[in-house]
Amino acid sequence: TTGRKSSRRGKSGACLPKLSRVAVCGGTHGNELSGVYLIKELMKRRREADDEEQPILVLSNPRAAQQCLRYIEVDLNRCFSHDALNAPLSDSAPYEVIRSREINAVLGPKGSADSVDFICDLHNTTANMGLCFISCSDSDWISLHIFKYLQLCIPDIPMRYLHFDLSHDEAYSLDSVGKHGFGLSMEVGPQPHGVVRSNVYTTMKTALELVLHWIRLFNCGTVFEGGPVDVFTLVKHVDYPRDCSTHDIVAAIHPLLQDKDFCLLNPGDPVFQTFSGETITYNGSESLYPFFINECAYYEKGIAFSLSRKSRVNVPSLRANRDQSR
Amino acid sequence: MSSYNNNSVRLNAATKVAVFGGTHGNEMSGVTLVNLWMKNSNEIQRKGVETKPFITNPKAVEKCTRYVDTDLNRAFTAENLSAPGGESLPYEVWRAQEINNMFGPKGSPEAYDVIFDLHNTTSNMGCTLILESSKDHFNLQMMNYIKKALAPASCLVLLNEHPLLKYSTSRSVAKHPVGLEVGPQPQGVLRSNIFDSMRVIIKHALDFIELFNEDVEFPPCTVEVFRVLERVDYPRDANGNIIAMVHPNLQDCDWEPLNPGDPMFQTFDGKTIHYQGPGTVYPTFINEAAYYEKQQAFVTTKRETLVASAVKKS
Repeated sequence: TTGRKSSRRGKSGACLPKLSRVAVCGGTHGNELSGVYLIKELMKRRREADDEEQPILVLSNPRAAQQCLRYIEVDLNRCFSHDALNAPLSDSAPYEVIRSREINAVLGPKGSADSVDFICDLHNTTANMGLCFISCSDSDWISLHIFKYLQLCIPDIPMRYLHFDLSHDEAYSLDSVGKHGFGLSMEVGPQPHGVVRSNVYTTMKTALELVLHWIRLFNCGTVFEGGPVDVFTLVKHVDYPRDCSTHDIVAAIHPLLQDKDFCLLNPGDPVFQTFSGETITYNGSESLYPFFINECAYYEKGIAFSLSRKSRVNVPSLRANRDQSR
Repeated sequence: MSSYNNNSVRLNAATKVAVFGGTHGNEMSGVTLVNLWMKNSNEIQRKGVETKPFITNPKAVEKCTRYVDTDLNRAFTAENLSAPGGESLPYEVWRAQEINNMFGPKGSPEAYDVIFDLHNTTSNMGCTLILESSKDHFNLQMMNYIKKALAPASCLVLLNEHPLLKYSTSRSVAKHPVGLEVGPQPQGVLRSNIFDSMRVIIKHALDFIELFNEDVEFPPCTVEVFRVLERVDYPRDANGNIIAMVHPNLQDCDWEPLNPGDPMFQTFDGKTIHYQGPGTVYPTFINEAAYYEKQQAFVTTKRETLVASAVKKS
């Protein structure tokens, strides 16, 4: 027995069903243009080539995309929690609520056996976040392996895996409609809303092609080796300092924090600069990693930046179930 | 015996000055600065000058959108300013008439002396001053003063005197309209560094006005400007959809030379489209979000040196 290497595929490897039905969504926010243009380009190529039907391509919020707005009445990407999807629908329901039911009918219903197997939803941010995957699970081995695969294939692109700790039912974003919540939001920034930057578009296009490639490899029976992945788990949001009566902001993100997404923020570090030039410092007790620093759409949600804790997840090796009828 | 300099311009004191913010409701530096100054205007007051901070498009500011019905910064045409209909007019047309009554009338002796209009852009233009007439010696001297005060930091002058491309701005109701454009900043976002830059430009501008009003003579000078030549649109398909993006080599390269043959656009499937103009130009307003709907990917400019006459209060 000497000289024999220990097997890396031990009993702790994971097996998951093939991903037969996959959906790619863009324009969930109509002014996040990489996804809008990428989905349109993929749809155009499919019409021209009369191509396969996979993955399913969805322009999530066509009216908002047409007007280059984040949303028409309410944020579509907050409409997909179990409660929101099952609440009674009134006649005067906002456009996005109606649209979320349409999307849930096509890609879901969320929580049922008819849901698609995986959803990738394309987003941009004005924050300097590079490429980020956002998932509601830190044990979605599919998304974690896809992330590892991208890190291997495009090591020059800064990328992080963000985890929002929400149950499948509570998860409100479109990508949570997939079976078991397998899915992710792919966020690329910085890009102003309403603008398409070629470097950002190319990054998203390349990343999406790799996601779909991984899925093909997975479905063909490839075994993916396990390993560690650093995951950033949301801890809390921090709002701007505001005027008590008008609720207007009274400070901006400090120049030393601006664009420093995922650079460790320590207690006492500058976070805001008031309009009279004073510095406000971070008064938390724990060093955390900031992200979504100065995201345009979050002013109205009361978020100047968010804070996360970094942890290491040991992702088991993964392969598709062999004996599947589908 | 003193000799009269043929090139000296005498002007009345500049006593009525305004600072406009929120002409586009999602360009946050101006909105924030003007709101600040409306609460406390000490910073913008100078001896002998009444400087009025003013939010030009409050409905657009409230919704954090560029405009509600139509672009206010294109609305100050003679036709709009005399259109009947009052409040049944598109909001910004009605608002333009109100602003013209308060700060104009445009072209009349009662009009404000100077209006500064604060704007942001998603383009990488840095600090830019926008000039509407190459013969406005007062503005040329002010811009020269601002540039020197900011040096070594850069502040460039964009001249838009093009008969077809120039447009009727909010500030055009004044005798001396000055546009301030600072970028890059996404719409709806407030960046500290951009905010601070704009604040400093206004400070120097008001210092110039104070000095002018105190009888300082500003000797003749030259001012380098970038004169608008033409608008270049995105390549589009038969349905008007954009089929290419600003090329990565051109993106963020405002004010840098663009030579014939240089990459200009990149199609969504990766092909390069090259600039095929007759000579070198200096592009700016590269990839401004608000201009997609105005059929503009960038404007081309040429560099020119203008001579400003000496300027003194009469």
